Amino acid sequence: MNIKQNPSGLQANGFTLPLSLSINGKQYDLNIEPRVSLLDALREYIGLTGTKKGCNQGACGACTVLVDGERINSCMTLAVQYQGKEITTVEGLAEDGNLSALQQAFIEHDGFQCGYCTPGQLCSATAMIEEFKNGMPSAVSPDVASEEFEFSEKEIKERMSGNLCRCGAYVGIVEAIQEAFSNKETTVAHETFYL
Amino acid sequence: MYPFTYIKAKTNKDAIAAIGSNTNAKFIGGGTNIVDLMKMNIEKPHQLVDITSLDLKKIETLSNGNVKIGALVRNSDLAYHKTIAEKFPMLSKALLAGASAQLRNMATAGGNILQRTRCYYFYDTATPCNKREPGSGCSAIKGYNRMHAILGTSDKCIATHPSDMCVALSALDAIVHVEGINGERTINFLDFHLLPGDTPEKENVLQQGELITAIEIPSSSFAKNSTYLKVRDRASYEFALTSAAVALDIHNGTISNARIALGGVGTKPWRAKEAEQSLINKKATTENFSAAANVALKDAVTYKYNAFKPQLAKQTIISALQMIGGNNG
Repeated sequence: MNIKQNPSGLQANGFTLPLSLSINGKQYDLNIEPRVSLLDALREYIGLTGTKKGCNQGACGACTVLVDGERINSCMTLAVQYQGKEITTVEGLAEDGNLSALQQAFIEHDGFQCGYCTPGQLCSATAMIEEFKNGMPSAVSPDVASEEFEFSEKEIKERMSGNLCRCGAYVGIVEAIQEAFSNKETTVAHETFYL
Repeated sequence: MYPFTYIKAKTNKDAIAAIGSNTNAKFIGGGTNIVDLMKMNIEKPHQLVDITSLDLKKIETLSNGNVKIGALVRNSDLAYHKTIAEKFPMLSKALLAGASAQLRNMATAGGNILQRTRCYYFYDTATPCNKREPGSGCSAIKGYNRMHAILGTSDKCIATHPSDMCVALSALDAIVHVEGINGERTINFLDFHLLPGDTPEKENVLQQGELITAIEIPSSSFAKNSTYLKVRDRASYEFALTSAAVALDIHNGTISNARIALGGVGTKPWRAKEAEQSLINKKATTENFSAAANVALKDAVTYKYNAFKPQLAKQTIISALQMIGGNNG
């Protein structure tokens, strides 16, 4: 385990805390200031740079990670609050070197261009599919008290609205999520994408 | 962000004692607002008291039929809860219309009540703002004020209250349970937030060190037939230009009880009681909805860039009432 302590060279301002974080099944022991966000702990102190810093104010979703399987913005919270939780980052989505069905579908459907928002999109969509399967409604669901929704483009767009893509790869992102949700076999990619 | 010390409280009493009389200490729950404000150097606490381990995460139906929501219930859990979705659909809908799924998985009910305005001048420490620095002046009144309030404003502040959840809570006559050094007390939700007046920095009636422990929603005959309609610049993940939480009790086409509360237009979550009264014993028609909307906005004061808001708010009220009361004549 290679833990980078304060790679930025900043000196802690006196008050630091010992902290143990469980990330992608591994334990990381840190000694950091409480003002370090979970995002900065991941990137700057642990070296897991897959999670991205976009706006750093909860508006873009590039920093999305999973906590006990649920999606959150890691930029808007303090690392010290996440001891005892199981954190999953984009580095933890593949199993034994095999991409998850969703990751594979993003490739098949060109669900990105520059790729900067992709780790957040992947973590967010992974949890979103679970939310949908568990009958959780969204703002566009016709009846909030019902668990019956259609996995429509409208639902996907609303449920993924916390993840922005400045390249505008939304069409591919939505298609990739639809395919991963329906567990369809990923065969030949759509011709239109390779013309 | 300025440095601070951090402790995690195990009980309500520990948390309250840790804050005590220290005005530089703050509670932190989900953190979605305070962490943001600390990054911007708007909030500069010397100490944070983490309350996320407290036993305030239950949603329970009381023997009198009221529903009590723990202050640490997350916005997502509250929106998805069957009792809330069935008894108070306007609350589920308001929550789902706010923020993003990621933020709803972090933000708590208690924190939502205390969230601060998104006025851009409040966030911009290079400009005067009476809410951030009392006495420095208001940059919004003569500035770019398209998002700003048209009801409850003063010559010191026209910042909008940003919460969707709070609009529903004001329509539902919620009660806020708080605990402090001197024990527990309850505050009617409609009395919880303060108008800016001459002291826009004072936003609510909480006393030093008081902890919100729960929100209670009274059982009612009207809340089941309710909805929340939000109008904004994009379809999702944006604060309201205008919004309306409405409920109607209709018997044989006649309204016996009504609730109307507005978001995006008030300096606090805005309950329109006079408009509600104007609907009692009236038929559920678009003409009557329209008249009620006019009553709700009669005191609106607009500024250079938000003169569109009264009309938009009226249309929002009418559309929301039609959604639950029908589109009749």
